[in-house]
Amino acid sequence: MTFINYASREINCKIVYYGPGLGGKTTNLQYIYDSTAAQAKGKLISLATETDRTLFFDFLPLDLGTVRGFKTRFHLYTVPGQVFYDASRKLILKGVDGMVFVADSQRERMDANVESLFNLELNLKQHGYDLMKVPYVLQLNKRDLPNVVSTADLTAELHRKGEPVFEGVANRGVGVFDTLKAIAKQVLLELRKDGSG
Amino acid sequence: MATPVVLYETEYEQLKRAITRLCSDANAKFVFLVDRSGQQIASHGEMLNLDTTSLASLTAGNVAATDGLAHLIGERGFPVLSHEGERDNLHISIIAARVILVVIFDVRSSLGLVRLRVKRATAEMTSIFDLIDSKVERDRDLGMSLESPFAEITEEDIDALFN
Repeated sequence: MTFINYASREINCKIVYYGPGLGGKTTNLQYIYDSTAAQAKGKLISLATETDRTLFFDFLPLDLGTVRGFKTRFHLYTVPGQVFYDASRKLILKGVDGMVFVADSQRERMDANVESLFNLELNLKQHGYDLMKVPYVLQLNKRDLPNVVSTADLTAELHRKGEPVFEGVANRGVGVFDTLKAIAKQVLLELRKDGSG
Repeated sequence: MATPVVLYETEYEQLKRAITRLCSDANAKFVFLVDRSGQQIASHGEMLNLDTTSLASLTAGNVAATDGLAHLIGERGFPVLSHEGERDNLHISIIAARVILVVIFDVRSSLGLVRLRVKRATAEMTSIFDLIDSKVERDRDLGMSLESPFAEITEEDIDALFN
């Protein structure tokens, strides 16, 4: 839920990266963290298991700059992708302003993508959101691997509503900032509509 | 998408005064207000190097997880959480069902004193949040639109953020 503070002239928005386990959600945040100037970012917090799998969430606060006299802050979260962490996943969606779905392009992860997307729609519904109305971007990650489904087939299967689609190789930064920019743009333009409160 | 939460200067100052007083009355090190989705609202205290953004996000996560646990055992929620450390302690409580109040204190205070002072401050802050709600509702009933700072935002403005 966007938080507009007129006293400190700040706008805070929450973006959640969703998708199947080991799809590259945390890698997206890590790349953004590594490539952003120190003054524009806070600490990257990872609540992870001993084997570096996301247990609850990763969190990265990002200061994008000033628009119309207001400091624009984005809080980026990931959810744990593993199926059995559904209760935790649901909690992170509370107050979300925009969603990024990080799909794993590998052939053998196709079912996991579909299942995770279905799970996203279900969990959003439980918070009273409709994926068709929430700012949303689809990232097709791991495009550098040999066993990937074609972009056309993957898009046809996962596309929901004409959302922007980006090919990604998150560990090398390919598509990472294009994805972030696209979701930030949708969220901020949504605020223009939400002026009525 | 959910309606944005709006905080105006007058109410922000009132909340700041309330948490400043609470910090002093409870002899606490730091008092902090955060909304349930992890956005910080206001803070006051002596812990200058505290990473308040991370504190806000982790507090919201903590409260959300504890609420989840409560629902699993048939409780509506746990309105007060307390964490005891070797030096510093955390007292976390819910205000007006949507805002989280965090008090950090050490041996100069006690859990009993903090609880007592939080109770009084909660009543005061609840009425401030009720005031904000009624202000928003009144404007809506009158057909007045809240002035969005981004009502006139352009795609060029957003592109400039990334350049």
